[in-house]
Amino acid sequence: MHYSTFNGLYTLFLIIIFIALILWAYSKKHIKSFDEIANSILTDEPNTSEKKTSETSGVKK
Amino acid sequence: MTSITMPQPDYNMKVVRQFTLTTILWGIVGMSVGVIIAAQLIWPVLNFNTPWFTYSRLRPLHTNAVIFAFGVSALMATSFYVVQRTCQTRLFGGSLASVVFWGWQLVIISTVISLPLGYTTSKEYAELEWPIDILITFVWVCYAIVFFGTLAIRKTSHIYVANWFFGAFILTVAVLHVVNSLAIPVSLTGMKSYSIYAGAVDAMVQWWYGHNAVGFLLTAGFLGMMYYFVPKQANRPVYSYRLSIIHFWSLIAVYIWAGPHHLHYTALPDWAQSLGMVMSLILFAPSWGGMINGIMTLSGAWHKLRTDPILRFLVVSLSFYGMSTFEGPMMAIKTVNALSHYTDWTIGHVHSGALGWVTMITIGAIYHLIPKLFGQKAMYSVALINLHFWLATIGTVLYIVAMWTSGVMQGLMWRAVNADGTLTYTFVESLEKSYPFYTIRLGGGLIFLSGMFILAYNTYKTIYAEKGSIQYQELGSK
Repeated sequence: MHYSTFNGLYTLFLIIIFIALILWAYSKKHIKSFDEIANSILTDEPNTSEKKTSETSGVKK
Repeated sequence: MTSITMPQPDYNMKVVRQFTLTTILWGIVGMSVGVIIAAQLIWPVLNFNTPWFTYSRLRPLHTNAVIFAFGVSALMATSFYVVQRTCQTRLFGGSLASVVFWGWQLVIISTVISLPLGYTTSKEYAELEWPIDILITFVWVCYAIVFFGTLAIRKTSHIYVANWFFGAFILTVAVLHVVNSLAIPVSLTGMKSYSIYAGAVDAMVQWWYGHNAVGFLLTAGFLGMMYYFVPKQANRPVYSYRLSIIHFWSLIAVYIWAGPHHLHYTALPDWAQSLGMVMSLILFAPSWGGMINGIMTLSGAWHKLRTDPILRFLVVSLSFYGMSTFEGPMMAIKTVNALSHYTDWTIGHVHSGALGWVTMITIGAIYHLIPKLFGQKAMYSVALINLHFWLATIGTVLYIVAMWTSGVMQGLMWRAVNADGTLTYTFVESLEKSYPFYTIRLGGGLIFLSGMFILAYNTYKTIYAEKGSIQYQELGSK
């Protein structure tokens, strides 16, 4: 295969992969699980066990 | 918010504490050296007529200290923290994490000694000689084992996006470092070595390394930091998790090609220069995708910026990131590069990224981490955080505006020709015209550095206060 033919096909291959990635990431099927992952870092408090005092009552963060 | 108290794993926070504190220490050291060499450009006498303090030896010391001592310490601290928290498990490998910490400190100390003594490969950002390169490789492999090992033993089903960025940073830096540092020592007992590459190939490998150090260390690594600490500090999930996936894959796919823009109008083949330019322009899209994702995380919570200076650091760092990643592709265009290359504009561009993006996001992350790591609810003084925020912002703006102006002026003076084709200005004339800007730059650097001392003081007071004695404070409420 000529080198430039290979380059063209390889570029096409990358474009297809990129479009497939977008379709995958934006498919409705994954909305829920992505939301859960995004929220997961906010629900793992309290941290580090240094001590467990009563949490902030009424203090806006 | 935490009535559901999950059983907390026994995290390894010791190594995170160590790296966080050394981040502050090496930040102050590296930036102080920067201030010294900025002063040397105004008053050359400041090298005291010794070889060890010449600009040529201290400048690589400055770059190595801020990138590899300050920046990498920050990345090691935050990646070890984030990977444990998001995987809900202790760091893999037991005391291997301590090997990473002490090994990396040894690398830094070797740097601080060997560069002023004049040992250098003369490859920019890869000046360290072969024995230190081997040590770096060893420590980096340990780092990778600990990080990826922790991902492997995670208790969660997914791998949070911040870890993807940290992982890409660790893997790519390993490959970049090993390939670019391949060299043959003159003797096994001496420090001197010669690169296995020569000529244009050497230049291409060097800037493939150089730009990807920017792309994967100073960008991908700190984006990992962004994707954890911005949502955490704003107490909101990231704006779009889907966008973060596209952001990740497109960023790492494109960055690796951008290196040749450092070699416009050189012996590098023309097609490689054009490829580097086009890829740099494309890079604008994923960069801004990431910036928008970070900033929009605050949508609906903008009012928090009024009371939380930590959030200000994080958001302003993203603004500087957006600015630098607009400026970068523009400077990669060959005709713009013809004006900007080799001038102070480049220095201005680098520092808008280094001070504005890398350092500001790190400082935000440190202010978030210190109370959590040392058993406090908040930092000792929120007013001092705010003061630091303004010093950092004003220092950065003074620095980059001075360098932009100086750089454009230099570029215009160097290219000016008379009717008969001779150069209008000598080099020394352009240097003379640069002095006022060098003074403004020194002022900006000093202001920025003084903020780092405030960070150190605030950290000291937080650590030595009685555990749990510091209450939440909001800016403006006494």
